[in-house]
Amino acid sequence: MVKTSFSLITAIRAIVVKDLTDEFRTRHALTAMVLFSLTTLVTVSFTIGIYSLDIMLHSALIWIIIFFSAMSALSRSFTKEEDSGTILALKMSATAEIIYLGKLFFNTLLLIVLIAVVLPLYYIMMNPPPGGNVGLLVLICITASLSLAGATTLLAAIVARAGSKNSLLPVLAFPVLLPILLTAIRSTGFALSGGSGEEIITDFIFLISYLAIVVTVSLLLIPFVLDD
Amino acid sequence: MLKTIAKIALCIWMVLVINAAFLYAPSAMGLGDLSRIIYFHVPLAWVGVLAYLVSMVYSIRYLRGGFAKDDLLAAVNAEIGFIFTILATITGAIFARFTWGVYWNWDPRQTSIFILLLIYSAYFVLRSSVEDEGRRARLASVFSIFAFVSVPFLVFIIPRVYATLHPDPIISAESGFQMDAVMFKVFLASLVGFTGIYTWIINLTSRVINLEQNNRREN
Repeated sequence: MVKTSFSLITAIRAIVVKDLTDEFRTRHALTAMVLFSLTTLVTVSFTIGIYSLDIMLHSALIWIIIFFSAMSALSRSFTKEEDSGTILALKMSATAEIIYLGKLFFNTLLLIVLIAVVLPLYYIMMNPPPGGNVGLLVLICITASLSLAGATTLLAAIVARAGSKNSLLPVLAFPVLLPILLTAIRSTGFALSGGSGEEIITDFIFLISYLAIVVTVSLLLIPFVLDD
Repeated sequence: MLKTIAKIALCIWMVLVINAAFLYAPSAMGLGDLSRIIYFHVPLAWVGVLAYLVSMVYSIRYLRGGFAKDDLLAAVNAEIGFIFTILATITGAIFARFTWGVYWNWDPRQTSIFILLLIYSAYFVLRSSVEDEGRRARLASVFSIFAFVSVPFLVFIIPRVYATLHPDPIISAESGFQMDAVMFKVFLASLVGFTGIYTWIINLTSRVINLEQNNRREN
């Protein structure tokens, strides 16, 4: 039993390391994601950066930028395997569940990088009102991006198997992600206005339980997506 | 023979329900005649969610068994559910206009039914973008089951966390929305009637699917 779980972790780590190596060599997802978020952020800042905005507007803008940048990066996670024809080799070397978990970890890492880029830049360019609870803000962003990655990974696999353009992913993902986004926007606004963590503990519980449910369902469904 | 009787009975039943909704049932206190929309709006929403549930069950059956018929039935249920959900949205918007003042104000209920419509639309977009039939069936089934996970959150959790103006959907003693006995009778009759119409539509479409499948096999 110990040996099986050990080999499971090794296998997942192998997938993550493979994707990281791939990413370091091509920097495709990272560049696309960072440039996408930068373009959006600059556009927003250039047009409305001089106004003092409502706190809820700030939090909505942050999440609109994160959502679309995340979609542009995550849609690559399985289509790149289809494009380069490596999906068959991947399926031969690991079960569908292990591939899913590896991709999930990699996608989560990508989103954390995205947040590390977007949040400081947003603070510099948009001047949200002072007095926000920054620690709580970071915690919310990380929790919500975990949920985002969990809900999007299976859909990215579906889009890749559908053999169609990346534009399908936001369409499929939006209804599933909307509960996460609504919660994230609400609690981000709360953190920006300087609230403390205890008051939005239900939002955290919601995000974590949503993550647990989508990952469980994804693990059950992923073999049907990847195996032909 | 039995089917013909059932159809005629359903026709008479619906005529009675519609008449009772306007003439027999009393109007609710405070809402006036607006309350009569409950006999149409709630059954429409109920069938919309029911059809989606049935569609998801057929999707599970498809993934377990792999029969093309299950996938087609899942798709048909989704199409019917979509129409009923749109009708529920429209009737709800009319109710909102005359009680809350605007057709659309992103009340949690409106948000959740809007997301339900989005899920249905995404399902159809996915179906239309895959060429291969087997793969389309499998991917659509997976998406249908996966998206269904969010439905309990939308229908039950979000309206409880955020304040809503919508009358409580579950009729219970503590909901504060007490129904008159006559109203409740007509309401239940309407639920039964609309579910009957749904069953009839499904019966018709699944017969069409059977014929098409047989036709294919012969050619």
